[in-house]
Amino acid sequence: MEHYNMNLNLKVWRQKNSKTNGEFKMYRVENISSEMSFLEMFDVLNEQLIAAGDEPIAFDHDCREGICGMCSMYINGKPHGPWQANTTCQLHMRAFKDGDTIVVEPWRANAFPVIKDLVVDRSAFDRIIQAGGYVSVNTGNAVDGNAIPINKDNADAAFAAAMCIGCGACVAACKNSSAMLFLSAKVSHLALLPQGEPERHSRVLNMVAQMDKEGFGACTNTGACEATCPKEISISNIARLNQEYLSASLVAEK
Amino acid sequence: MLDAKIPSGNLDNKWTDYKGHCKLVNPANKRKLEVIVVGTGLAGASAAASLGELGYKVKVFCFQDSPRRAHSIAAQGGINAAKNYQNDGDSVFRLFYDTIKGGDYRAREANVHRLAEVSVNIIDQCVAQGVPFAREYGGLLSNRSFGGTQVQRTFYAAGQTGQQLLIGAYQALERQVALGNVTQYARHEMLEIVMVDGKARGIIARNLVSGQLERHFGHAVLLCSGGYGNVFYLSTNAMGSNVTAAWKAHKQGAYFANPCFTQIHPTCIPVSGDHQSKLTLMSESLRNDGRIWVPKKQGDNRKPNEIPEEERDYYLERRYPAFGNLVPRDVASRAAKERCDAGYGVGSSKQAVYLDYAAAIERYGRTEITKQGRDLASVSKEEIIALGKDVVKEKYGNLFDMYEKITGENPYEVPMRIYPAVHYTMGGLWVDYELMTTVKGLYALGEANFSDHGANRLGASALMQGLADGYFVIPYTIGNYLADEIYNKPISTEHEAFAAAEKAVADRLKTLINIKGNTSVETFHKRLGKIIWDKCGMARNEEGLKQAIADVQQLKKEFWSDVKIPGAIDEFNPELDKAGRVADFIELGELMCKDALNRNESCGGHFREESQTEDGEALRHDDQYMYVAAWEYAGDSNWNLHKEELKYEVIKPSQRNYK
Ligand SMILES: Cc1cc2nc3c(=O)[nH]c(=O)nc-3n(C[C@H](O)[C@H](O)[C@H](O)COP(=O)(O)OP(=O)(O)OC[C@H]3O[C@@H](n4cnc5c(N)ncnc54)[C@H](O)[C@@H]3O)c2cc1C
Ligand code: SF4
Ligand code: FES
Repeated sequence: MEHYNMNLNLKVWRQKNSKTNGEFKMYRVENISSEMSFLEMFDVLNEQLIAAGDEPIAFDHDCREGICGMCSMYINGKPHGPWQANTTCQLHMRAFKDGDTIVVEPWRANAFPVIKDLVVDRSAFDRIIQAGGYVSVNTGNAVDGNAIPINKDNADAAFAAAMCIGCGACVAACKNSSAMLFLSAKVSHLALLPQGEPERHSRVLNMVAQMDKEGFGACTNTGACEATCPKEISISNIARLNQEYLSASLVAEK
Repeated sequence: MLDAKIPSGNLDNKWTDYKGHCKLVNPANKRKLEVIVVGTGLAGASAAASLGELGYKVKVFCFQDSPRRAHSIAAQGGINAAKNYQNDGDSVFRLFYDTIKGGDYRAREANVHRLAEVSVNIIDQCVAQGVPFAREYGGLLSNRSFGGTQVQRTFYAAGQTGQQLLIGAYQALERQVALGNVTQYARHEMLEIVMVDGKARGIIARNLVSGQLERHFGHAVLLCSGGYGNVFYLSTNAMGSNVTAAWKAHKQGAYFANPCFTQIHPTCIPVSGDHQSKLTLMSESLRNDGRIWVPKKQGDNRKPNEIPEEERDYYLERRYPAFGNLVPRDVASRAAKERCDAGYGVGSSKQAVYLDYAAAIERYGRTEITKQGRDLASVSKEEIIALGKDVVKEKYGNLFDMYEKITGENPYEVPMRIYPAVHYTMGGLWVDYELMTTVKGLYALGEANFSDHGANRLGASALMQGLADGYFVIPYTIGNYLADEIYNKPISTEHEAFAAAEKAVADRLKTLINIKGNTSVETFHKRLGKIIWDKCGMARNEEGLKQAIADVQQLKKEFWSDVKIPGAIDEFNPELDKAGRVADFIELGELMCKDALNRNESCGGHFREESQTEDGEALRHDDQYMYVAAWEYAGDSNWNLHKEELKYEVIKPSQRNYK
């Protein structure tokens, strides 16, 4: 891979805290290597700001390998930026060229209030899980692992849904700020496994109720969530969620 | 000599006997007892969930925005358990033996045996929670092999095992939150232990969003705060991983054990430039199928695919025919360094070796053809390779993708370039058999303690240990302490000890932010990392370590007079958070070098150049160093050494041999 250096203009959302209004500010960074990650480019910018006596830009990140779900930048109109199936931290600068202007904003959704600059509050996701995203099995209650054989196709499908990293990009991509892809991933993961069976109905009803309470919008099937999801969570999970919800509601009405 | 309170009796029965005789707390009393858990990784989440289920009142803290994001999420390869589902000769004893040997005979037998015993329960528990482990077509659990062992005992979920295990523990935790048994404090950082009458009675935590300090009482405090690999600046750890919680405890009287025992992982993506902020692991599971090599000729600049088979040096297979590419991590890392130092390294930096999948792709492709009942002779090489790639993709796809995103190279076509990187810390807070530190009521679990891996950890054993500590050990051992606490009412956070601890934290934050110097926190962290990596990294010697101690002391002076922290204390201020962590790393760095200097032998990941065999293998000195070095903090740059003698009653220590 050939490396190159570039100079860039950055238009970044700055907001002191949740109570103040934010605005875009322009910055310039020079000699950025195509081998850097996007967040390393931000590190360079922040060091530059600190040296100049300005406040660095706050952004969330931790693992920097695409698995913790903490990083969350809306880059040039797309959550996590231009690459498919990718997180902000795994985006590398070879995606850009010399002279580019890059616009960076936080996730925007009522259920994700801005804390500072590019950092938002995603605790609504924890509360959705608290509403039922688990199997109720206390430590010590388990039978032997191989006593529950699971058809490989179901196990693989459950795993594919369980890969969700809870980043919230699906919400940020959706014009309705719907959390259906996130929620459907968890419901599918557990509905596809025998372990999830006993709480199957209550789980989906309670989780959906919590999602509505948090102020996420309705799903109108635009598919923007699936297109942006770094873990390629399939929109077919939303169809499964709707089925699960329907059959659970019917049972509940009895 | 330190007493680890190891139960008497036969090794096989110690844990069973302990559980049969430890004190219990009845359910009504559990509700009156409060427990603080710092950390929501595998150790913290499993402990907090299990203690909540038992009925204790639990408060759990993490600095990320959700417990689900703890560093454990990044673990890739797998988790060990002595299930012997493969019928290949595994047993509790063998897992115990492999772990002791892998740790180069510097771990405590009783703890490791207990770990091997409960390993089987962990898998059961995780399956019951719905953790989607890899399965075979028959629907049963699948296993792979890992370094340092000759059986297949590693359970996995593609290359995302840590994620799936942590999500399982996180969900169990969130269930307890919903039930009101656990209160969760995300974006909070513990900054002090509160001591009352010689016991840990609570913590001071900073709300990282508002910057406010908070007081929290607990009858006991559990530190599950992870490892300190980021002392090296560059490591495979998450950016936020730090030693602060453990270091505050250390300064309150908890001894720090074997700080120089750090693990350098052999297969990571090499450094690409000065901008590098972290290093990415390529899971050890890749050594199952990948072959490691360098050119036989020094400074060979040909592309890897242009170097013919006979001009390649598969140096691990050459040096260690019995274990080949699956030697333990410390051995593999040193062998890579040796080749690169001798001028055989590859890539533009020459600080890399190849990890090659060509042979594995072809082998899997052939197997697929055979499975389809077709004649190999009638199939084109292209088709074999295509089928082989599919198999490799299913096993390691996410790792290959990650490699391609970072380097821009396609590892299905060209061999990966890899180099060792800091990965894990075997050292940590000293704990006894019950996981209690030298401070009463203060426990350490998971990577934060030192207990089970000796001088080198085997792959897939950290996840096992974190979950063993949290799900199956602490629920028993904490009862043995709390049973005597039922008479003690919760202490008001108005108590003078809380006020004094909070003031100490506030003063420290003020001092930091008021330095208003010229140098950023990041710059200090990078400088510290370079000192420690150069002098206390893969190879260490007396002269270098002495120099490093002087360098770190100098760095500390500069830090406290010249660090520049923008912003204010009472707001969201990541630079301030980082400054506190780097300040603690600097102090820890000095202790690591001191410990490495004291241990004039090579063992596991600790390689003293003065102590090696003729062919460059680590040479232990059991007569002098068969002990855990536990350091007591005695004021600025000052420590007293305490020793815990290691008694091997079952296994006879020998020179490790993987040849
Ligand atoms: C890339 C990578 C891959 C790995 N792969 C494997 C593998 O395949 N198999 C294996 O067995 N091991 C693996 N390991 C090692 C293993 O992941 C870790 O050792 C283990 O997950 C540590 O778990 P833990 O619970 O002890 O700590 P962590 O998961 O590090 O959690 C620490 C917790 O403490 C909190 N915390 C820390 N300080 C504070 C504070 N001051 N205040 C409040 N909260 C605090 C954090 O927020 C976090 O919640 C891997 C490690 C890495 C880096
Ligand atoms: S579904 Fe995808 S985009 Fe949404 S939270 Fe999960 S990983 Fe992120
Ligand atoms: S920082 Fe963890 S996913 Fe990006």
